[in-house]
Amino acid sequence: MESKEEFSVLVGGPAGAGVFRSGLVAAKTLYRHGYYVHGDNEYPSIIRGGHQWMIVTASLRPVYAHGDEVDAVLALDKETVRRHRDRALEVIVADESVARGEEGVVAAPLMKAVREEGAPSVAVNMAGLGFIFGLYRGDVEKLKSVVRDVFAKKRSVAELNARVAERGYRYGLEASEKLGLAPLHIGAPVPGKVVIDGNSAVALGAVAAGLSFYAAYPMTPASPILHLLAELQKDYGIVVVQPESELAAINMVTGAAYAGARAMTATSGGGFSLMVEALGQAAMTETPVVIVEAMRAGPSTGLPTYTSQADLRFVLHASQGEFPRIVLAPGDPYEAFMAGFDALNLAWRYQVPVIVLTDKYLAEGYWTVDEPPMLEPEEGKVVRGVYEGPEPYLRYRITPDGVSPMAIPGTKGALVNANSSEHGEDGYATTDAETVRAMQDKRFRKLEAMSREANERGVKTYGEGSIAVVTWGSTKNPVLEAVRDMHDVKVVHLTWLSPFPSERLASELEGARRILVVEANKTGQLAGLIREHLLVSPDGFLGKYDGRPFTPQEVEEWITGFQEG
Amino acid sequence: MAEKFDTGRKPVWCPGCGNFGILVALRRALATLGLEPEEVALVTGIGCHGRMSSYVRVNTFHTIHGRVLPLATGIKLANPRLTVIGHSGDGDAYAIGLGHLPHAARRNIDITLIVHDNMVFGLTTGQATPTTPKGHVTRSTPYGNPDEPLNPLFLALASGATFVARGFSGDIPHLEDLIVRAVRHKGFSFIDVIQPCATFYNIYGEVRRRIYKLEEAGHDPSSLEEAIRRSMEKERIPIGVFFETDKPVYRENFLHAMNPPPGERVPRPVDLSPVWRRFR
Repeated sequence: MESKEEFSVLVGGPAGAGVFRSGLVAAKTLYRHGYYVHGDNEYPSIIRGGHQWMIVTASLRPVYAHGDEVDAVLALDKETVRRHRDRALEVIVADESVARGEEGVVAAPLMKAVREEGAPSVAVNMAGLGFIFGLYRGDVEKLKSVVRDVFAKKRSVAELNARVAERGYRYGLEASEKLGLAPLHIGAPVPGKVVIDGNSAVALGAVAAGLSFYAAYPMTPASPILHLLAELQKDYGIVVVQPESELAAINMVTGAAYAGARAMTATSGGGFSLMVEALGQAAMTETPVVIVEAMRAGPSTGLPTYTSQADLRFVLHASQGEFPRIVLAPGDPYEAFMAGFDALNLAWRYQVPVIVLTDKYLAEGYWTVDEPPMLEPEEGKVVRGVYEGPEPYLRYRITPDGVSPMAIPGTKGALVNANSSEHGEDGYATTDAETVRAMQDKRFRKLEAMSREANERGVKTYGEGSIAVVTWGSTKNPVLEAVRDMHDVKVVHLTWLSPFPSERLASELEGARRILVVEANKTGQLAGLIREHLLVSPDGFLGKYDGRPFTPQEVEEWITGFQEG
Repeated sequence: MAEKFDTGRKPVWCPGCGNFGILVALRRALATLGLEPEEVALVTGIGCHGRMSSYVRVNTFHTIHGRVLPLATGIKLANPRLTVIGHSGDGDAYAIGLGHLPHAARRNIDITLIVHDNMVFGLTTGQATPTTPKGHVTRSTPYGNPDEPLNPLFLALASGATFVARGFSGDIPHLEDLIVRAVRHKGFSFIDVIQPCATFYNIYGEVRRRIYKLEEAGHDPSSLEEAIRRSMEKERIPIGVFFETDKPVYRENFLHAMNPPPGERVPRPVDLSPVWRRFR
């Protein structure tokens, strides 16, 4: 029998049952089998109970998004059977106690496996995963190696879980005789790749750019950035602070950046709302700060653990007054890494606030992407040590490109006067009309070079065709999956939203018979930006605002409607 | 020596404003401490006090309303070699920015906070603040202030501040000495300075009548209980050091990131290969 080119599995159960850990183990194990993988989860804001799931999709070709259906379901409770029964194409596996009375569910001796190893009952998830890999005749050694890595913090726990997984695997192998399912492909991992989530990627991108100060208040879905950086702080010499609020976080970051540190914070829409006044402060004081905003569905508390792309207009316009800012919107973890790296470099090159806009789907989802190379961070126009004139040092000296040499406090011969009030070149407050105009013009002169970069780097087109599907951020994944087998369709993906890459986007759309926009919000925020900047009305807009990412099927179906005619 | 901390800009405060006394005391204290202007970072908030950053010749950051403490904390953690002093008003520190005070205190971040406490909003023309006495008539409380005033010293003590003092802008030598001691203190130093507003709440006479010096009253600043008792006095107004103790400072949690400190680090390529292993 030929091995499977594609394989997908859903693990479902109550919060606290180790659903995500099982999903992560499945994703890594499939990666080590030689597949590209993608993992996406869904969960309510509950610590114990409720229902959560993770879908892991594997393919021998790159995989962007998962569909509605999966090959196998591992049900850790009856609720999972009830909710996901219709998704399963091949098999639903559950412990005998869960499968009892459920038609079409494979009753597996999972708790038996756990008991035989003397493990706590929570390990049933590993028995279940083992069973699935047995059913599909995977490589048990690869599975065990992943289990050991994932539970690496405690060796005895890791060994116990590996044994439970192996015992589950043996039972699965026995059952596979009867079911006769096509086996998994067993090969070497695709070289040069990593399996990583958007949160980790953006954090590591910032570390690659020399991040030395991170302050953040916990908020879903951005908290894993805090967790990872807190863990890595001693390896990379980073000050990691969890302060009393997002107000404190952004102002600590601003103070640290003023003092010369490469500083960043991360939050979601609610926390970003609290940061808005300080965003304007960073702009007015020309302090290089980076804010990661991992969107979730609003307004207000909204759906705390679900995804959305509805904060685009908010971050573009947040704060009183007018100032140039950079907004980056990576689409996958590789782009998230690059965005984290670029954000700090750009913030220091232009001395402007930079926002990295992600969302729960990208932040917590896993994809196989290229392992990022080692990169060379750039310092920007920074004055350290001693300032040697000839003129006296002025923090806001008017320059042709609008960027003033930035001395770090402590520099001999330079006093650094930063001011959130309008100020002259020396940083002292002023209300003089001519100076006010000159300073605003100076800040806006940065826009020229920023826009050039946005046009050079902010748009990527996939494929060719007379139908152009325009999207931004993480929605590129279901869109790329949707158009895979379509003809005459190209995907235009924006990763810079401010400054808006108008010229480049216009040239990518030139000659398009149809311009379609897909984004995860209700009002069509990118569609509106296209109207505003290109004076072009898109022919169609597909929005989604229920907290779930698009499925490739719904996108494909919608695009198909524009192909005829 | 205090002249080197003078920007030469003429203060625009009202005649008789208490801010003058704090300005002079600060400049003298910086000179007494033997600091160079480049070694000091002064953070000011929004309010009349905020103009301090125009008049003191050091590194300055004039921040938004209420955020002096987190901003100063960020500066200090990024570069512990800087002497970081925050100036805040009673509106800035006790109204909009109060959420930061207990946390700066419990962290024992090695900075000094000087609160210009005139018990009224001056720059917005005389509304009530959290330290305005109950019943006091202001433009925003024409029928008398309905709120009980906050006790900032009691709050600072309860929050674990390791240096707690009160000064009076009308006694510059005494205030200068407090500032010198506060800056020298290792940890979070808090000075509430009674600084009457000449225009909206002129209580110089009353303050002078009720004031007394703790050091002349045999107060023991090593006793937290005694400090709390003194902070709750109603009739007389004690000034001086209420409490001083020695505790590890916040920075010591980040020694792994201090060689060199974040603010002095030039970005270089970072080897992430040990981290990538966990993503395979």
